[in-house]
Amino acid sequence: MFSSMNAIVPMACVFAAGIAAMLAEAFRAPGERMPIGPLGIIGLIGASVATFLLWDRNTASFGVVVADNFGLFVTWILIIVGVLSIALSGPVVEREGLPLGEYYALMLFALGGMILMATATDLLVIFLALEVMSLAVYVLTGIRRDRPVASEAAMKYFLLGAFASSFFLYGIALTYGVTGSTSLTQIGAMIAAQSMHPAPLQLMAMGLLLVGFAFKVAAVPFHMWTPDAYEGAPPPVTGFMSTGVKAAAFAAFARVFLSAYEPLRADWAPIIWAIAAATMILGTVVGVAQSSLKRMLAYSSIAHGGYLLAALLAANDLGKGAILFYLLTYAVTNLGAFGLIGLIESRERPNDQFKDYAGLWNQHPVLAGLMAMFLLSLGGFPPFGGFIAKYYVFMATISAGYTWLAIIGVLTSVVSVFFYLRVIVMMYMTPNNEPIRVPAVPAIAALALLASAVLVLYLGILPAQVMDWAAASISTIF
Amino acid sequence: MPFPILTALIALPIVGALALLAFKDDHEHESIIRNAALGVSLLVFAVTVLLWAQFDSSSAEFQLVERHAWIPAFGIGYAVGVDGISLLLIVLTGFLTPIALLCSWESVHKKLRAFCMVVLLLESAMIGVFVSLDLFLFYVFWDAMLIPMYFLIGIWGYDRRIYASIKFLLYTMAGSVLMLLAILGMAGLYATATGRYSFDLLELYTLTVPSHLQFWFFLAFALAFAIKVPLFPFHTWLPDAHVEAPTAGSVILAGVLLKMGTYGLLRFAFPLFPEAAAYFAPYLALLAVIGIIYGALVAMVQPDMKKLVAYSSVSHLGFVVLGITAMNTHGVQGAVYQMLNHGISTGGLFLIVGMLSDRRHTRLISEYGGLKHVTPRLVAAFLIITLASIGLPGLNGFVGEFLILLGAFAWNPTLAAFAATGVILSATYMLWMFQRVNYGPITEKNKALPDLKPREWALLIPVIALSIVMGVLPNLFLKPMGPSIERLLSQLKQGSSVQAHVPSTPTNSDISLAQTRGGN
Repeated sequence: MFSSMNAIVPMACVFAAGIAAMLAEAFRAPGERMPIGPLGIIGLIGASVATFLLWDRNTASFGVVVADNFGLFVTWILIIVGVLSIALSGPVVEREGLPLGEYYALMLFALGGMILMATATDLLVIFLALEVMSLAVYVLTGIRRDRPVASEAAMKYFLLGAFASSFFLYGIALTYGVTGSTSLTQIGAMIAAQSMHPAPLQLMAMGLLLVGFAFKVAAVPFHMWTPDAYEGAPPPVTGFMSTGVKAAAFAAFARVFLSAYEPLRADWAPIIWAIAAATMILGTVVGVAQSSLKRMLAYSSIAHGGYLLAALLAANDLGKGAILFYLLTYAVTNLGAFGLIGLIESRERPNDQFKDYAGLWNQHPVLAGLMAMFLLSLGGFPPFGGFIAKYYVFMATISAGYTWLAIIGVLTSVVSVFFYLRVIVMMYMTPNNEPIRVPAVPAIAALALLASAVLVLYLGILPAQVMDWAAASISTIF
Repeated sequence: MPFPILTALIALPIVGALALLAFKDDHEHESIIRNAALGVSLLVFAVTVLLWAQFDSSSAEFQLVERHAWIPAFGIGYAVGVDGISLLLIVLTGFLTPIALLCSWESVHKKLRAFCMVVLLLESAMIGVFVSLDLFLFYVFWDAMLIPMYFLIGIWGYDRRIYASIKFLLYTMAGSVLMLLAILGMAGLYATATGRYSFDLLELYTLTVPSHLQFWFFLAFALAFAIKVPLFPFHTWLPDAHVEAPTAGSVILAGVLLKMGTYGLLRFAFPLFPEAAAYFAPYLALLAVIGIIYGALVAMVQPDMKKLVAYSSVSHLGFVVLGITAMNTHGVQGAVYQMLNHGISTGGLFLIVGMLSDRRHTRLISEYGGLKHVTPRLVAAFLIITLASIGLPGLNGFVGEFLILLGAFAWNPTLAAFAATGVILSATYMLWMFQRVNYGPITEKNKALPDLKPREWALLIPVIALSIVMGVLPNLFLKPMGPSIERLLSQLKQGSSVQAHVPSTPTNSDISLAQTRGGN
């Protein structure tokens, strides 16, 4: 009888670790140092073992959660996101005096929600997962309570997020009204049967769901919260939400639109085309004007959302894997970059502005080298993962016939190179008056950075294996 | 399995660069790092010479080909090989890299280890560009090369280095991303025709691209290469990059990087899209001729020696493009020959300018004068290289320019006539610069300048020797390219519907003709 629960084991491991973290916090004497972070990592290792065992089995639980390879691949991405985020959080949590147990517990709960979101096959469960994830992330955004900018960010994120959630919920309600079900399979069957003449209500339902997803993936014009939230949150949290939330939301987005709403492709494709183009253009153009590193990376993350949307749109035979490969590459790269920001900044030096990085190379060549590598990968230079990921997306876009979208994509990626280079100019080519002092990097954080760097290089130089996995796993959903 | 010599050529500089990490980047280890880097680059040069020795000059095919699957799902492979067109460019790369390292011996002290690593990584990427037989692999090297060059200009350059380095990178990238899309389009087209993807150049050569697509694909490729060459009006990044780059950067930039544009035209843009190439050739040629004259005129009024040499590059590379667009034996032979010449003579000029500016810390022509009496040996070397650059018979520049004009004349006498004025103009601006720097009264500041040091001898002797050898024995260099060029031309002829454009000239006699002329 337990076999019916197999599909939720990875998620259960993560939630169990989250609960353990909360309990540990409850029993922690004030001032006592407890290895709560490593505890979370143990939970994630458990989840990854479970994911490994579930691979290729296509098990389902309760009819609403399915551990197909697509969901498991995203789960893996999320586990990597979780491990790297926790490993890179240590120094920041300590420096900022953040509540240890709450911080990690929230992160783990959010992660559990994300995994649920990636594996759910029922709109209501997706909504549930969305809320589990979002509530935890709202709190994490504002966890530096003593900072006005953090509170503002959390408030903004929460208010806009709540609106988006209600749009999403409304979309579910309308979908139910039209099809009489919230299960993706049945919705798909119903829509396919009447796809020739979709009811106006159905299109409205689709539009509302689209708004909900677009908000979570920070697509234009629903991106307004992103720069503020990214700036206000502690850097590892920003890294966590810019990659984890995106991965989970895109997983559900792909599942809903490529399976249930696939029959209505003719209706949603032009909308996503326009959103993707606008997202790429706005993300890069506004990114150029930034002088704060975090805001710049926020806009860069918006732009990367645009590439992912292009991949979603072009999810033909060839580009099936593009979205997953891109999510993975983007996750390790961006986490590395935000992790570095977290390590380099200190309480006195918020390291918000580009100029705070002047001459970093002189004192810390390794950190500067890693940062340069992550930024160049984000900019899409070979031999880093970002290049292959972008190539994959453009290949899919072109062969799906969206040539103009591909042209917009490559041109915006050139523009984006400009702002990544500005940081490199600061680190390498600008002399600094006072040397930057970076506190000693703890071993676990160093290991996490090294792992991201190795992954970025691996995905850039030997991508074939992961590409095959990505292509094979997404074919389980459509 | 034969020894993978091309892979070794790509890998060796990378391994060398990583090995440099073993030394601490401080003052004590400076000379070890310098010597190790120089040793690696000399080793690479030795391997390139070995490659030349192994190369079968009578064959038109790609040789020493290595193929491995890389991303099989898309038919992307690691495919490298060399033919007569790329062979000498690889040797040129191997030749100029040690020179670039050696010329920075005294001028670069800041972050020396990183400097040497960047130069070696750059060499690896440059060789990769010339040996790639897979379009995707080619693009990877093409793009990867930008990063070390960017750092080279941006960190070790002069005052406006940041502006120049970003401009260099963005210009090149903006041109090349559209080429990436065209490459992807080609692979897609191949898949429609055969049912599987392929980025393999030799397989894509067999594809007949529909006319309207040829048009767009050729434009995308040509834009990328035209920016790199740089062809007028895409040249504006070049003076900035050259002037602000350190001497090593200028030598590599002028010597090798610019050749990638013309090499790309020859290897990819023309043979892949012969119909579009025939259609666009007159326009490219027109731009090339405008570039020849414009570059020369602008060079004439430059107060800064480095800028003058930079604009002279625009003019000289215009000749190369003109030779390519003529699409006949003389023109293409001359173009490839001129690529090598320009690498050597302009590289040499940048070395000389670098030596002068190491001594006086200025590159303004007006600051110099009368050097003939102060540094006679330096001036003698300067003279030979200047004459080589102008195209004096007996030196290398003559052979290339002569062949190009011959080829261009057979195709379009008007364009050739205008281009020929570039030869005269180049004599004007180069000799005028030479006169102002080396003759006339000696100013106070120039009185105590030291003459050539042993290290500088070591830099200039190979350059001068090669200029003379290439001027006197052109056949040595023309012979290996001959068959490959013929293959290329027949490929163009077959693919192009405009038959009249490609005149059929006898081939064997041409080479010997060129030799006798060059030898005079």
